[in-house]
Amino acid sequence: MKNDNNKNPDSKKYACHVSHSEPGPGDGGRTGSWRVLRPVIDLDKCIPAKRNKPACFSCWLYCPDGVITKTVPPTIDYEYCKGCEICAEECPADAITMVEETLMIMEEK
Amino acid sequence: MATNKTTILNLPEEELVHPGNRACSGCGLSIVYRTGLKALGRETILVVPPSCLTVLQGLYPIAATQLPCLNVTFASTAAAATGVLGALRARGKTGVQVAAWAGDGGTSDIGIQALSGACERGEDFIFICYDNEAYMNTGVQRSGTTPQHVLTTTTPISGKQQQKKDMPAIMAAHGIDYVATASAAYPLDLYDKIIKAKTISGPKYIHVHTPCPAGWGFSARYTVKIGRLAVETGLFDLYEQENGNFRLTGASQKLLGKKRKPVDEYFATQTRFKGLDTEKTRAIQEEVDQKWAAHEKVAAGIC
Amino acid sequence: MHIIESGNVAAASGVQLSGAQVIAAYPITPQTPLTEKLSELVDAGELNAQYIPVESEHSAMSVCIAASSAGTRAFTATSANGLLYMNEQLHWAAGARLPIVMCVVNRGIGAPWTVWNDHQDAISQRDTGWIQLFCCDHQQIIDTVIQAFRLAETVRIPVMVCYDGYILSHTYMPFDIPEPAAVSRFLPEFAPDWALDPACPANLNTVTLPDIRPDVRGETAPGYMEIRQNLHGDMRRAIDVVADTDAAFAQTFGRGGNPFIEPYRCEDAEYVAVAMGSLSYQLRDVIDVLRQEGLAIGVAGLRLYRPFPNRAVAEALSAKKGVIVFEKAVSYGYEGPLYADIKAALYDCAHRPAVHNYILGLGGREIKTDDLFDSLRTCCGADAPEAREPAFVGLKI
Repeated sequence: MKNDNNKNPDSKKYACHVSHSEPGPGDGGRTGSWRVLRPVIDLDKCIPAKRNKPACFSCWLYCPDGVITKTVPPTIDYEYCKGCEICAEECPADAITMVEETLMIMEEK
Repeated sequence: MATNKTTILNLPEEELVHPGNRACSGCGLSIVYRTGLKALGRETILVVPPSCLTVLQGLYPIAATQLPCLNVTFASTAAAATGVLGALRARGKTGVQVAAWAGDGGTSDIGIQALSGACERGEDFIFICYDNEAYMNTGVQRSGTTPQHVLTTTTPISGKQQQKKDMPAIMAAHGIDYVATASAAYPLDLYDKIIKAKTISGPKYIHVHTPCPAGWGFSARYTVKIGRLAVETGLFDLYEQENGNFRLTGASQKLLGKKRKPVDEYFATQTRFKGLDTEKTRAIQEEVDQKWAAHEKVAAGIC
Repeated sequence: MHIIESGNVAAASGVQLSGAQVIAAYPITPQTPLTEKLSELVDAGELNAQYIPVESEHSAMSVCIAASSAGTRAFTATSANGLLYMNEQLHWAAGARLPIVMCVVNRGIGAPWTVWNDHQDAISQRDTGWIQLFCCDHQQIIDTVIQAFRLAETVRIPVMVCYDGYILSHTYMPFDIPEPAAVSRFLPEFAPDWALDPACPANLNTVTLPDIRPDVRGETAPGYMEIRQNLHGDMRRAIDVVADTDAAFAQTFGRGGNPFIEPYRCEDAEYVAVAMGSLSYQLRDVIDVLRQEGLAIGVAGLRLYRPFPNRAVAEALSAKKGVIVFEKAVSYGYEGPLYADIKAALYDCAHRPAVHNYILGLGGREIKTDDLFDSLRTCCGADAPEAREPAFVGLKI
């Protein structure tokens, strides 16, 4: 809480450095760079994608980093996805495959 | 549990934890924290002692958490929550939840005195213990809640000789109105328990079993699966103790009257259990069977 | 209003007048009657504060840290081992720049157990980043408590108000209780620049890196060392604020005028005894007698111990022939900590007096006036020895 009611004029003289952090993404940098395997969603198997309506979302529920969207179809933020594979393990439709990141990068080039 | 159970479809979409934080890949705490903040909501002040959560929440000047949080010394979590509550009362501010969030060491070892004091005083706060069964942030040293026979960096050869401290039972013995257990593998169950805790005044305690890939020795892929196995084998039970009444919930409740998976199925998934032999495993299976025989009786209203 | 009451009640009255909003309390002798009195004031509705009976001193300071972080005026009190149990919390409160006020009712520390007075407790917490003020009588206790809140809130540094266990805490003396309206003018409501609030979420006291780092807007945020240097810098600047606060208090209440050192017959003195707390008043009687004997001697009561008012000390003592430092604490393996500080303050002076050191009164050992006479006579006059190893006064074996 920032407060302008401080009536003590002398207090303004003191810079008072304190460790107060503000919310923001990427404290640990682009954690997508940690990834060895990239989760890729097969939309032909993904339940919400197939039904074209909200359903399942197990990947979204269990993703530790909250980088999967609860959308139809779900999308993955590769900027921050650490590649833990939980989504692939928990997907009831086996719709998520883990692909070698190096192969993906070469392909993208 | 409340009649209206939360489902994946109606679990709030808004994320209160920023991505790109320093938690390990596949961190069980990350699942617990992300879900827990959804349940707590923005009108919450967090109090956190040193733990993996300190790292997850971010290094100055960037915070992964979007809630106001007071970082405090290791032994002082519940006392600091008390201070925040006192200040809110003094300022006449209502409608703000105070949630203390500590690891198993910060709860059951160094933090137990302040926690016990706060419960005795009846402070109106939620204390969430994420139990990853060792001091993970410092590199997997044994804690009071490390299970028997587990290999840690301070029980490296023979494994821990002593049993796991039953922290929820200690909390229940304070006579507080709400004690619950939960698991990283069952986020919706955790969510509903926190939502319920918010409606109860006085101290609330939620103990969350939290698999840790690095500390337990399994691939990050299996965090949820292993958490689920702990419940399915009957080793870790999901329950609520509301006003003194014990009740299994969710996946544990469904195990009543059914055959549970053998405990060695759980042990086989993690390198920390590699000190176990057949005899020790059999002894643990017997303890679990006895515990569940008691659960069956409670559920049947026999005792 | 003049009353006759104990030093602990004087402190409690100061806390009441200052409008502390959150009070954490854990009993320890000889502080206990202070927090007992506060519980009575709160229970009787005479002080609108949250009184929190915690389960330890560690938790007491924790409550103060959290309550102050959440935007309220917080107070606690302790003694001896209770203070030591708070140690990490004291560093935390200062590092987090929280204007907490705490009374330390000075008592020796174990082992062996002692409940009696000396200064080892407060002195051992010298480097925690707290401002430390010592009181000599009941009037100073109540006045200093009120000043402490204003001082702490001005510089955002916690303040310890120290006074002698039993000698001041449990004895009865007359003192004036200031008018509440005047105190409100002197000490406005606590209005911090920030506080824990869901409307403006911040993560306080997070892990801070050795190096500087950009914040979420790309602006440079300080590293750990800048934050610590800032505390030190503000501690040094607080010396002036101690003087300003004392001057403002004197203007309102007509008491004060000696923010750092309270001199007694020092002006024309060739020798000056230095002490903190009630001992400096005890020494006045001795000095009066020595003056009658023709010795040009005075006594300086040091009020501010941290930040150390080194310039004021040098100014007061550098022209003297001899300085005799009496203290109720030891830096084990070296000498009296105040002695070391005073010598260091005089180091840059063109003329340096001989500085002597006496350790006395540990664990409540009676400080006999005869011993003070002997000590002072030994250090004054042409035959006075050079400064030497500190001597323990009052040993019986």
